[in-house]
Amino acid sequence: MQPSSRVAPALLSLASLGLALAGPAAAAELPATTAAVLAGGCVNCHGPDGRAQGAIPPIGGLDEGYLRARLLAFRDGRDAPGSVMTRLMKGHDTDQIEALAKWFARGGTR
Amino acid sequence: MSGLSRRQMLGSLAAGGAALALPAIVRAGAGSARVVIVGGGFGGATAARYLKRHAPQLQVTLVEPAPRFHTCPFSNLYLAGLRSWDSLGHGFEGLRAAGVEVIHARAEDVDARRRNVRLSTGQTLGWDRLVLSPGVDMRWDALAGYDEAASQLAPHAWKAGPQTQLLRRQMEAMEDGGSFVMVIPDNPFRCPPGPYERAAMVAHYFKRHKPRSKILLLDAKDNFSKKGLFQQGWKALYGDMIEWVGLADDGRVTRVDAGTLTVETAFGQIHKAAVLNVIPPQKAGLIAERAGVVDASGWVPVKAENFETRQVAGIYALGDATLAAPMPKSAFVANTQAKLAAATIAADLLGQAPPAALFTNTCYSLIGPDYGISVAGVYGAAEGRIVERPGSGGVSPGTADAAFRAAEAAHGASWYAAICADIWGAG
Ligand SMILES: Cc1cc2nc3c(=O)[nH]c(=O)nc-3n(C[C@H](O)[C@H](O)[C@H](O)COP(=O)(O)OP(=O)(O)OC[C@H]3O[C@@H](n4cnc5c(N)ncnc54)[C@H](O)[C@@H]3O)c2cc1C
Ligand code: HEC
Repeated sequence: MQPSSRVAPALLSLASLGLALAGPAAAAELPATTAAVLAGGCVNCHGPDGRAQGAIPPIGGLDEGYLRARLLAFRDGRDAPGSVMTRLMKGHDTDQIEALAKWFARGGTR
Repeated sequence: MSGLSRRQMLGSLAAGGAALALPAIVRAGAGSARVVIVGGGFGGATAARYLKRHAPQLQVTLVEPAPRFHTCPFSNLYLAGLRSWDSLGHGFEGLRAAGVEVIHARAEDVDARRRNVRLSTGQTLGWDRLVLSPGVDMRWDALAGYDEAASQLAPHAWKAGPQTQLLRRQMEAMEDGGSFVMVIPDNPFRCPPGPYERAAMVAHYFKRHKPRSKILLLDAKDNFSKKGLFQQGWKALYGDMIEWVGLADDGRVTRVDAGTLTVETAFGQIHKAAVLNVIPPQKAGLIAERAGVVDASGWVPVKAENFETRQVAGIYALGDATLAAPMPKSAFVANTQAKLAAATIAADLLGQAPPAALFTNTCYSLIGPDYGISVAGVYGAAEGRIVERPGSGGVSPGTADAAFRAAEAAHGASWYAAICADIWGAG
């Protein structure tokens, strides 16, 4: 588990307050700066804000559920055998995948 | 003022909605905090753009001598004749449009105590945070006979520029049936798969224009990045044109005679070349030494969680200049290190919590126009060390059909376009 998912109780209540205002979300949402760092590795291939620059497909603005499902499938080896995506997603945990799905569903910006 | 009270003050000012650039306010009563970045290559230019993105009020100054930066990535494709020289060049208009101040000068010296940097123009810039991404310099004292003058006869072409163009001209002038000899250093060096991609790209050119020529790789080590995949690809596309000699078979070169284009190995074998490409051992760019952030290895030790240098607080270092094993010295990694450092510096100056470290790498290598391979890795920081995330990474499958290799060749081109747009693009 990531340290970031063990949020101190006081912070947790603050966070859930914010989330209650922002709408339903997972309890362990990663901070925006951490999500930005995570997404930084993706845009090197998928283009700024996930706008493709060639053969690698676009990911900016895709449906959040679709993104989550594909990232999990890559990670669990159920999709595109041998793909670089599998090799990369195996290094990401569920919280990180959650943050990435949200980030790119919003169009690749916070 | 102590770090803590300063941080608290920044935080409370930020909460009060004051301008974001607080340290300069604290110090001078006006203006904004300044981050100076040395080097407009993969690490430095990324850091500049992302600092502006995270904290638009910051004053971000990028110092880079070249008006256009030419990338090492894809310079092997230029040698092959698959890319024009101009297509490797990237200007700084996009960064200027993003609000980065770009000064075309060389940073000559750093005063870490007074927090300033002196430029070749005579100008001195003060900074609140300094970021160094100067890339590598050659160690001219490390390989007997190979100094800067020798590189005019036997180019390294390991910085994209006149050296790369010189090597291409030598390949064009070489007669069919000649021998292209490459001298390859031990780890660590810039771009671990680079020499082996270069061998393939030179072979691509020879196959079409000088098919009787040979390529001899003299290597100071027994293993190299994507070795199995490279050897398989070389064989498939170029037959016996490329011969690789590792350390165990006396591949380590100990002396270069650039005048006669000969090299001598550890056990005294002499090899004569028609074109001699010597990639010497390397170290962090000189400015890192001037700033006092290198250690005895010649590289810059950094904190794994944010790439601040271990030697001097407030100075960050990125990319090839750093000691960042197990990450390779690649453009991709320099870019993700820069994104972490930029987010960290912005958070620090804004009094916010720092981001968690995560680094990504993928190096695509081209063996032929429709034959690409890749190596990938994901890294984090744990207990002050950089660690590969368990289960992640690895190379392309050893058995794959032509369509898979062609897809990875196309992905490599797509990667290059994406990372260059991310760094130097219109934004
Ligand atoms: C042949 C070859 C092929 C490669 N292919 C790939 C690839 O396919 N993929 C990949 O990921 N990586 C590749 N690389 C590696 C990649 O080039 C480097 O890892 C990357 O450039 C490192 O970025 P950097 O910011 O550390 O240095 P650089 O990108 O070299 O930038 C350093 C900049 O700092 C400037 N500078 C230095 N000193 C000063 C000073 N005192 N004042 C001001 N400016 C200064 C320099 O002018 C330069 O512009 C390749 C390398 C080679 C040699
Ligand atoms: C080294 C290049 C590279 C990097 C880095 C990369 N990807 Fe990919 N991605 C690909 C390729 C290539 C494909 C297409 C699948 C294939 O052919 O392997 C892909 C496919 C995808 C898809 C499926 C798109 C669709 O239309 O179904 C998603 C989603 C995705 N990537 C998300 C990400 C995220 C999120 C990251 C960052 C953690 C990331 N990628 C990093 C190369 C990359």
